[in-house]
Amino acid sequence: MKKVLFGLLVVFGFQTNTMAQGKLPAVEVKTMEFESFNTSEISNDGKPIIVNFWATWCSPCKRELNNISDMYEDWVDETGVKLVAISIDDARNMGKVAPYVNGQSWEYDVYIDPNGDLKRAMGVNNVPHTFLLDGKGNIVWQHNSYSEGDEYELFELVKKLSKGESISK
Amino acid sequence: MNSIKLTLLAGISLIGFSAIQAQEVKDILNQGKITGNFQVDAQYYQEDSAIGAVQPNEEFLTNGFLNLIYTNSGFSAGIRYESYQNAMLGFPTGYKGSGIAYRFASFTKDDLSVTVGNFYEQFGNGLVLRAYEERGLGYDNAIDGIRVKYKLFNGIELTGLVGQQRLYFEKGDGIVRAFNANINFNETFESLKDKKTKVIVGGSVVSKFQEDNNPDLILPENVASFAGRTIISRGKVSLNAEYAFKYNDPSLDNGYNYKNGEAAFIQASYSQKGLGVSLAAKRVDNFSFRSDRDASQQDLFINYQPALTKQHTYNLLATLYPYATQPNGEMAVQGDVIYTFAKGSLLGGKYGTGVQLNASFAYDINRDSINPLEDDSRNLYTSNYFETGQRLFRDMNIQISKKLSKDWKMKLTYANILFNQEVVQGKADVPMVSAHVGVAEATYKFNMRNSIRMEGQVLLTEQDQGNWATGILEYSYSPHWFVAVIDQFNYDNPKGAEEHYYNVSAGYNNQGNRITLAYGRQRAGIFCVGGVCREVPAANGLYLSITSSF
Repeated sequence: MKKVLFGLLVVFGFQTNTMAQGKLPAVEVKTMEFESFNTSEISNDGKPIIVNFWATWCSPCKRELNNISDMYEDWVDETGVKLVAISIDDARNMGKVAPYVNGQSWEYDVYIDPNGDLKRAMGVNNVPHTFLLDGKGNIVWQHNSYSEGDEYELFELVKKLSKGESISK
Repeated sequence: MNSIKLTLLAGISLIGFSAIQAQEVKDILNQGKITGNFQVDAQYYQEDSAIGAVQPNEEFLTNGFLNLIYTNSGFSAGIRYESYQNAMLGFPTGYKGSGIAYRFASFTKDDLSVTVGNFYEQFGNGLVLRAYEERGLGYDNAIDGIRVKYKLFNGIELTGLVGQQRLYFEKGDGIVRAFNANINFNETFESLKDKKTKVIVGGSVVSKFQEDNNPDLILPENVASFAGRTIISRGKVSLNAEYAFKYNDPSLDNGYNYKNGEAAFIQASYSQKGLGVSLAAKRVDNFSFRSDRDASQQDLFINYQPALTKQHTYNLLATLYPYATQPNGEMAVQGDVIYTFAKGSLLGGKYGTGVQLNASFAYDINRDSINPLEDDSRNLYTSNYFETGQRLFRDMNIQISKKLSKDWKMKLTYANILFNQEVVQGKADVPMVSAHVGVAEATYKFNMRNSIRMEGQVLLTEQDQGNWATGILEYSYSPHWFVAVIDQFNYDNPKGAEEHYYNVSAGYNNQGNRITLAYGRQRAGIFCVGGVCREVPAANGLYLSITSSF
């Protein structure tokens, strides 16, 4: 068994050299009304997308999304960016997601990943974790944790992407 | 040795094969991608008798894992390697050594989706089935078996699964068989498509099999449970209700009680711009459900029953007296109000003001014992559905958040807590803890990159360990660096001396990588994520953590 896995890893390992840039995986999550939603349907007409993992019990997450919320209208006007907030709240708190999001007047697209399926598929260890997708849906940047001011770096990258510039260092 | 050579040969020939194949094969292979994540935590422990911290024989303990997932169009496969050399203090001791603890392959073809190997799953709110992981707490009840999902037509989803659950590096005794159906009426019926009221209905059957290995009792080898649920939403209002029933399931948890179990959960919410309200209630009676009737602690749970209380984030509130669900019996209610005073209003000021109110109450269920001499059902009690037993927990709290200026932000929190140590922590002859907790948090931004965050926390109680105070200073240099200093001070402790728990930490992160280094004392406490709580002993030493996502 272990040897078969090793053999597979050798093949997959070789593949990484030539593989396509990562895109959002297709995973079933929930809307705030608990309807099923497949993440392959997330799109933004060729404009950049921010995918942010958060939870109602995570204070740095809420600081980050509240800080971005203050500037979100300007971000959208200037770059057409869309922020998709993925709550990893489970059955304990998922009923509080909609009241919190609306209570804070967030304008984001919010989905709930109550059993961590998308979190696992995207290799997220802990929240907050932010991914940035270019206009073609390729994941071009990611960031784990939040400190005051991180949103400025994020927006600089979004602006570059919206002009079609590459952000790789 | 020979087989390793063979595998290598096979691997190499496969690589060769893929290199000379036609363009279309190449294209398919090129679409493949590998994602994953890695984490390692390591701690060097020092003896510190003042806080009761012991040095384990190993002196140095590490936990680590690596996830690798390969995805290509409808196909995906993955493994997780885990290593505990040996498991860190406070982690379940069942984790020992290393190995591949998770592997799966899955494919989706049109409306059919199949997974073989290990998988995680949740039906509805998890009342009858939830397989999930909390790596940081060592919780993992993944199922090893086969799962089939089928979308019958628009809005109807069927899931069937069979397997055994993970028990550290082994598998539990019992076999879990489960089926779930979900219907989204607005998607299934064309005529309801544009209706404002949305209705989702679901039902589950979960059954477990375990051999009767008890010489004294005739135990049910097959135990079935059922759940029905509905979610109704209309604009700003939504309602989520679930009821579950379980046939007699005598176990170590319930003292080999042959009584049937039941659980009910209901949650309603209303929200509009600037206002969110949520109300929830539940009643649980004899509803611990594990795939091994003799399992204990956090092992082999089939279902999930979260605490109906606020999940606090401030250290003293989160780890001193957090409530943990009582699967044998509990009645609880919780209410939440979130309101934002608009910018420019009297209470909103220039930037707006946020207020959050939360209250939760948890009681034991009412129980009237049955005399076994007068009744041979082996039911241990009857319960009046609407009557409560003793108080288990109460939390009433308020939080106000306010941006004072461009550079200053402030948050004030007050919580009043009643905590039943005897039931929740299993201590004997101790009083109910009554605590007042106050927290003030402020953030100051020097400029776009430099900021400092300050926290002052006080917990006042005359019971248990007496009063606590905590101060935190956290300086961050965005987007890569942070340094933090923490001191927790235990004073007026009726049982011991006054002690300081100082801790210094620093971290660096870049792209998906993050490194944290900390030194100092860690207070003993209860760490909870979701419905799982774990007691962590006091420790003193040097701690290193590295995480990476790719």
